[in-house]
Amino acid sequence: MHRILAIIERDLRRFRRSPALIIISMIMPLVQLVILGYAFGGKVKHLNIGVVDRDHGLPAVQLKEMFQAVAANAQTFDTAAYADTAAALRDLREGKINGLLEIPPDFSRKVLAGASPRIVLAEDNTDQFSSAAMEGAMAALLPSYNQPALPSRASAGATFATVEIYPYVPYIQFLLPGTIVLAIFVTAMIGGGIIFIDDKARGLHEGYLVTPISKFELILGFNLAGVAKAIVTGAVLVTLGSLIAGIPDPFNLARMARMMVLVVVTALALISMMFLLMVRVTDPLIPRAVFGMLNTVLFFPSGAVYPTQAFPAWMKMITTVDPFTYAVHGFKELILKNTGLWAIAPDIAFLLGFAAIALCAATLLFRRTL
Amino acid sequence: MSAAIEVDKLTKRFGDFTAVDAISFSVSQGEVFGLLGPNGAGKSTLIRMLTTLVPPTSGCARINGFDVARQADKVRKSIGVIPQAMTSDLDLTAEENMGIFAKLYGIRNPERRQAIRELLREVDLEKWADKPVKMFSGGMRRRLEIARGLVHKPNTFFLDEPTTGLDPVSRVAVWEMLARLKRERDLTILVTTHYMDEADKLCDRIAIVDHGKLAALDSPLKLKASIPGNNILEVSVSEVPPGWLETLRALPDVAEVKGEDHVFRISSLNGPRTTVALMEAARAAGVAVNSLSVQSTTLDDVFVHYTGHQLRDALQTPSAASSAFILQRN
Repeated sequence: MHRILAIIERDLRRFRRSPALIIISMIMPLVQLVILGYAFGGKVKHLNIGVVDRDHGLPAVQLKEMFQAVAANAQTFDTAAYADTAAALRDLREGKINGLLEIPPDFSRKVLAGASPRIVLAEDNTDQFSSAAMEGAMAALLPSYNQPALPSRASAGATFATVEIYPYVPYIQFLLPGTIVLAIFVTAMIGGGIIFIDDKARGLHEGYLVTPISKFELILGFNLAGVAKAIVTGAVLVTLGSLIAGIPDPFNLARMARMMVLVVVTALALISMMFLLMVRVTDPLIPRAVFGMLNTVLFFPSGAVYPTQAFPAWMKMITTVDPFTYAVHGFKELILKNTGLWAIAPDIAFLLGFAAIALCAATLLFRRTL
Repeated sequence: MSAAIEVDKLTKRFGDFTAVDAISFSVSQGEVFGLLGPNGAGKSTLIRMLTTLVPPTSGCARINGFDVARQADKVRKSIGVIPQAMTSDLDLTAEENMGIFAKLYGIRNPERRQAIRELLREVDLEKWADKPVKMFSGGMRRRLEIARGLVHKPNTFFLDEPTTGLDPVSRVAVWEMLARLKRERDLTILVTTHYMDEADKLCDRIAIVDHGKLAALDSPLKLKASIPGNNILEVSVSEVPPGWLETLRALPDVAEVKGEDHVFRISSLNGPRTTVALMEAARAAGVAVNSLSVQSTTLDDVFVHYTGHQLRDALQTPSAASSAFILQRN
């Protein structure tokens, strides 16, 4: 045990003397949280829609007035009148407007005849987010337009109401669980990957290998030292991230304690995985080269930025074995729903099992000789 | 005197390449044993096998009676090792570096504190004990590593090129310190070095290794006596007339002549007499002598005699090297 503690002590003393790398590992996820949180979290506004009125009847005018009401209030789009469809279409193709709404010549006649007239929205569908926003605005607007002045006596009148059981979650809060896990991963990557291989290349490990320390003691020592550093990173991210993302009651002690349990378990899993990946590597360029790839392969399929239900089958396979998935899910439950640890017991069990398997495999693969 | 190190037909192959080829020798307790050889001769692989860092392909070696392959842990507890690369942690202080290694050997306080204090005093680093190693010069770092290697009181000490890269003053300091530690702690030392003068002064016996084989093994005095001549004449001439090599060989007291281009090395049993005859022969043949030096036989001459004097450009075997490349942090 004293040998394991010696390895941990060495790493923590180094960390205390030059904490720059760990601080860097905190900054990158925080920057990502702020930039991605605000880049994806806002509502789409001020899209330009060209309106071509080929009807000019009263119902068409009423419809255009409703568009202008949206432009003035929700501001989802601004409207610009076009005299003919061809000019509007040309501007749409040239990117000057995002959509084109054409009111056909017989619109008013069909409205008055109750013949379900159709207006056409031509949209620049290369930007799916803008298209979806325009379609959403139209879908919300038309029922009001269609509502008769006097309701029919025979109307079914069926409606539905949405009950949100949690307070509104802005995207930046949705992103926070992934950010915490990402920070722990970056610490694991720097401590368990880059510094570990650099030390090996500088011959530092040779110094250990001539002492009576066993393979398991060495690997466990490296792992626990990495976990200790990752806990520091995780604790900072849990606190600072909650403040930045505007989590209600960010210093709720019970929730923070539960989050620290998950920080420890996540750190164990990610550091063990990193040592398993790096146990036979000797070239210091390799951890630097695979950093970006690992980040992409583990972070994005985890559901940290987009629901996993939207993924294709092959990506769902990555999601299933990715420790990020369980860590992100656990943090979402704790942060966004304020659940107890029982609710994330399967996540904790997976992460602990993953850590144990990775640690055993790394010990088996570790070479006690050069 | 019983043997501290016994090596019997020790061999290491990396694929088709034989780095160490059936080497045998033994080192008595309290002896300082030098391993000399050109780059790529197999010295480091040999020392790594003896310190359990590289498993032998065949043959066996026993350190303090323990087999390096079968009783590796007992070997590790009984030896101190200073690898070629400086392996101290630069961010930690001298005392912390020593402390970590003392813990790895399971030494507890108060013995640990006392051993660290004593050793830092012995290597003259006591007043720098609480300073980070990154502030140390190369010589100070090496002295710290030597102290670190002795923290668990081993009786056999392995040093792989301990003075390489150090300035002459630091080199002398390191060797003087090693000599003192050896005396005070009754150490058996096996050391590899490139510096013949150091090996000459400090080693009781020297093994010259070349192409993975033992080329010669004896005391420095006997090794010098084993090569032809008491003096070495090195002469450079402007042009080499036909039959010049034969003329040199026919000079009085000449034991051996080696020549390359316009430079000739003449081993002589009587330097002054051969020098006079050489100058006369040059005048008679109309050869202009550009330079001439006469010196006693040194270990350098022994080294060149046994290993040849061509440059050795050898590739490092991947498994013998600790890594794809060594990062230098100075």
